[in-house]
Amino acid sequence: MDARGRVDLTSFAPIVETHLANTVLTNGARLYVDHAHPEYSSPECRTPREATLYDAAGEDIMRRALTSANSRLAPHQAITLYKNNSDGKGNSYGTHENYLVRRDVEFAHLIRAMVPHFVSRQIVVGAGKVGAETDTGLDVNPSFQLSQRAEFFEEVVGLETTLKRPIINTRDEPHSDAERFRRLHVIIGDANMSQYATFVKLGSTALLLAALEESGVGIFPAMPKSPVQAVRFFATDLTLREAVACDDGMTRSAWDYQDELWDVARTYVNRNGTSAVGDVDEVELILTQWREMLDGVLDDRDAVADRVDWVAKLRVVNGFKERHNLDDHDAKLRAIDLQYHDLRPSHSLAQRMGLLQLCRDNDVREAVHNPPRSTRAYFRGQCVSRYPDQIVAANWDSVVFDLGDGPLQRVPMLDPLRGTHALTAELLETSTTASELLQALDR
Amino acid sequence: MSERERIQKQRPERTNETSSDVSVDATKGDQLKSDLDDLLDEIDEVLEENAEEFVRNYVQKGGE
Repeated sequence: MDARGRVDLTSFAPIVETHLANTVLTNGARLYVDHAHPEYSSPECRTPREATLYDAAGEDIMRRALTSANSRLAPHQAITLYKNNSDGKGNSYGTHENYLVRRDVEFAHLIRAMVPHFVSRQIVVGAGKVGAETDTGLDVNPSFQLSQRAEFFEEVVGLETTLKRPIINTRDEPHSDAERFRRLHVIIGDANMSQYATFVKLGSTALLLAALEESGVGIFPAMPKSPVQAVRFFATDLTLREAVACDDGMTRSAWDYQDELWDVARTYVNRNGTSAVGDVDEVELILTQWREMLDGVLDDRDAVADRVDWVAKLRVVNGFKERHNLDDHDAKLRAIDLQYHDLRPSHSLAQRMGLLQLCRDNDVREAVHNPPRSTRAYFRGQCVSRYPDQIVAANWDSVVFDLGDGPLQRVPMLDPLRGTHALTAELLETSTTASELLQALDR
Repeated sequence: MSERERIQKQRPERTNETSSDVSVDATKGDQLKSDLDDLLDEIDEVLEENAEEFVRNYVQKGGE
């Protein structure tokens, strides 16, 4: 379905049948091969902190897969994995975020409210990039950009994800009750190595969406006149102070936008509380960290080099350049950029930067195997873990069982906030077989 | 105590505070620089040996 209300079957990406890996994990996530790279879709999470934990678990899962795969290869062969968004040669791949948004929010309002955030949040949560790689990026020829993704965006609104990429993507498969929810599929974000950056990226976006649902589009700053130019321009402005023209006749820098949007979120929480996004402690942490990172990138970058990916990366790129007296576009600087995102502990530069951790190691290890308790991912993950031989398909919104003695039985899970630990743990505990589970569900 | 005396007494204290602030900042700056130097030493060690070849061979096709 297209979020604008049209159904245009010809605009769907072709479904390519492959025999590549595609599996649902016991933590409720999906792990599969997307054309040429492995892709991890975290389980549905209730809060930004939980989603950050399951992102970290995804890194750990990929590391384990890497070790396991390499142990099966010939001695001179090895696979390496990078959590980044471009190869530096004009090929980009996304780190997508998905948010459920109330269906009664008009799509035009969603565009108008969220475009300012999506073009400007890179000053806080951008992962940084040495140089440029697209034709328009190379025309500007920056030595460094705030974001991996910015220069790949060509449209304001559209359905595509791999060409003519839009700032607002219209893919609207809510995998839940479409009368109540739409899905906001955000394709403009960078993969963050910093857990705090992931947390603020998800938290700030979730808070602004909650503010839009509650108070409407009127509380948001006006859009830039040319959003696509703005996102690219902001990416190359390391001063963060250069302004663009906006629809209300004002001019704003990326920092101005983030400052205004932080106020929108703060005001929303003061008026409406935190429950739409998380508990009070979590939401206050989102607001404090967002604020600190925002002030830090402007006035005291060293103070946020332990949380803001692009600041951490730029610091070593500049240090290395000075130490070895290198040109802005030296291959070694591009190598540092790539290796910042290397997932192997022996090679990862991000791991050597002293980035602050939001998630405890123990919690991450738990999340590798166990689903979040707060959503239907709990039921999915538990079923996969308890009754693997009887499951023929585990989807986002259903689990399909084959008990071997009749038709397939499908358990629908249309509501993401049911199938939780609170609602299903006892049922799962007392059902030693899939057959017992299905009988109990029928009652 | 007269107003003048009090002012005179306070002044040296304030000067002391200011100078200690400066030295704390300088220490913090030195610390950051030394941390960065250590980090750059480590990067010298772990950075892919042939950077040009590594960067050239890093190619991704397809998918999003």
